Amino acid sequence: MDYIPKKMSVNTLTPEWETETRQDALPILRTNALENEAIYIMREVASQFEKPVLLFSGGKDSITLVRLAQKAFYPAKIPFPLMHIDTGHNFPETMAFRDKLVEELGVELIVRKVQDSIDQGKVVEETGKYASRNSLQTTTLLDAIEEFKFDACIGGARRDEEKARAKERIFSVRDDFGQWDEKNQRPELFDMLNGNIEIGQNVRVFPISNWTELDVWSYIQKERIEIPSIYFAHPRNIFVRDGLIWSAADAVVFRAEDEPVEERMVRFRTVGDMSCTAAVLSYADTIDKVVAEIRASKISERGARIDDKRSEAAMEKRKQQGYF
Amino acid sequence: MEVLKIATAGSVDDGKSTLIGRLLYDTKSLTDDKLEAIKKSSEQRGYDYLDFSLATDGLVAEREQGITIDVAHIYFSTPNKSYIIADTPGHVEYTRNMVTGASTSQAAIILIDARKGVIEQTYRHFFINNLLRIKNVIVAVNKMDLVDYSEAAFEAIKRDFEALNLKSTYAEQRVSYIPVSALNGDNVAAKTDAMPWYNGDTLLEHLEHLEAADVYEGGQVRFPIQTVIRPKTEEYHDFRGYAGKVYGGSLQVGDSVTVLPSLTQSRIKEIYFFDQTYQEAVAGSSVNITLEDDINIARGDMLVKTDELPKIEKEIRATVCWMDNKQLQPGTKYIVQHSTNKVLSKIDTIESVMTTDFSGQIEANGKLALNEIGEVRIKLSKPIYYDAYKDNKYNGAFILLDAHTNATAAVGFIN
Repeated sequence: MDYIPKKMSVNTLTPEWETETRQDALPILRTNALENEAIYIMREVASQFEKPVLLFSGGKDSITLVRLAQKAFYPAKIPFPLMHIDTGHNFPETMAFRDKLVEELGVELIVRKVQDSIDQGKVVEETGKYASRNSLQTTTLLDAIEEFKFDACIGGARRDEEKARAKERIFSVRDDFGQWDEKNQRPELFDMLNGNIEIGQNVRVFPISNWTELDVWSYIQKERIEIPSIYFAHPRNIFVRDGLIWSAADAVVFRAEDEPVEERMVRFRTVGDMSCTAAVLSYADTIDKVVAEIRASKISERGARIDDKRSEAAMEKRKQQGYF
Repeated sequence: MEVLKIATAGSVDDGKSTLIGRLLYDTKSLTDDKLEAIKKSSEQRGYDYLDFSLATDGLVAEREQGITIDVAHIYFSTPNKSYIIADTPGHVEYTRNMVTGASTSQAAIILIDARKGVIEQTYRHFFINNLLRIKNVIVAVNKMDLVDYSEAAFEAIKRDFEALNLKSTYAEQRVSYIPVSALNGDNVAAKTDAMPWYNGDTLLEHLEHLEAADVYEGGQVRFPIQTVIRPKTEEYHDFRGYAGKVYGGSLQVGDSVTVLPSLTQSRIKEIYFFDQTYQEAVAGSSVNITLEDDINIARGDMLVKTDELPKIEKEIRATVCWMDNKQLQPGTKYIVQHSTNKVLSKIDTIESVMTTDFSGQIEANGKLALNEIGEVRIKLSKPIYYDAYKDNKYNGAFILLDAHTNATAAVGFIN
């Protein structure tokens, strides 16, 4: 049976149907290996570091992280703040969702804006057809890490997303400049995580490293986690360029005059910077339909991210510079 | 869904990446855009076949040199199971990566080139999987097409590996042999007509039949405390929960437990997972436990069943695999990270070192270098509560951290 995502709340606790009751006894615990691993990692972060933060974009992966953090520390509150590096190119739906979630959880939200980094002259806005603020985020992120002296930043990156990320550690050490030294990474044995760092260094932590896109969607489905509406099929004015579908409704997405606009049913598979996130044609308007669609999909999730198509090593280069 | 983690080991050019690429391709796990990218790169490099290694070698240096440098994680799934492959490079100098990949895996695939047979590299792969006690080892004899799909060639390699296996220190390890051609897809996911003499499972069928049990499965239950949960809210005013992951066996409400190192005893009152309470915390679950008595417990402590105490010692003997460029010298101080504890320690003596072909032990010349495996004696500044690795994987393994650089310098298996 499909259910309507809009009525859900992040505070929906364990669904009743998930707990099977034995006679005169407590329910039987059914968990999955990926969830247990992620909860374990969240707890290691809280214990091994002094000032962790959870990087929250409003996308499905960071929403999943929030749910896992909630589970790791219940009945206590999540013991670290959330931080949003705001490109200013957000889907409005995502922002409304973010603010509501933070209020429900009662956690602190820190917002740092890429626009401020541009205004301060630290970064220069890209121009042209493929202009995006995606890579500009790095400077704003590194400045925020320094400002708050964060020693661990929890992120929702997954190894299945992209081949440079497949080489990433769960605790990934970055130097003073936020750089990733891919050839000199610490080995990670069993589930032992080495969080020892020097002053100035910080660690990027990836609790859902081993999840695939389908794992995330299945988890959202099973846990009845609320996600922004742009993930579900909706009518939208779009135009097509390079075989990808772009939102025509938003000023930040560059559109040439000879690129015609049409209304189609679409949804987004990732919600990054609006200027580099393409939509897919879809009629999947419920979580059950989305999961079924992902299962049958022949295109990878990042296939709709123009930032990765810049070169074969695009992600590796961004990561070396401090992108997460 | 079940998740099975597999480590793959092979030598340079024995077709490991091709085998993985073939598994991805045949299980339809390579999406159109990724396949397109592989086609494009293969053409650019002037290859006349699809080079699947381009799907797995994620770093620029790897693609340039055509080798795998670091452990890569590759994901694919069947309707039955999710698979995670830890693809580790096979060069002599990358023992460290092989050990790393094997440490999180329930099964291992050792690739052997049918033309070359069992070589020095195979010794190394066998030894590492044996040392780490990987339950299922699959010997995939690849490039069968280049030996005319000869049964005799396959049987000869099988005999050689069986001879090697006589040295096994892990009798329960299950070793299976499968003849394949990764390039042609013979016996990878699909059965083949080319080898009518082989009646066994294909590689994928074999993987599908393996039970995806926890890596730490078996042994007595160990519950290391990661963090103490004290909400300090009105609703949970006096709540004091001990959060951690359950290793080995399981814990039940009412179980008599002993807290280490204080040896205080209590009983399990409640087992929480998120907002629900349960009767039993199964192995592998990340739970939150409350006790009947109000006792002082902190991170680093461990709950065990009262009649199943581990050893408590200040001196241990262990097999270590050295992973740092800086050599180990006796008398040097390192931090032992064991369970949720970090304890300052001193490597007292290096007793022996494994020969480079892994055929036996030789006397140590006073040092242990990168990628070497040796027996050491370690003195700790305070006792740890441990088991032998062969009895309890979780509680018998540790890592050594360099106190100056913070690097993970070695992994150890307690004897």
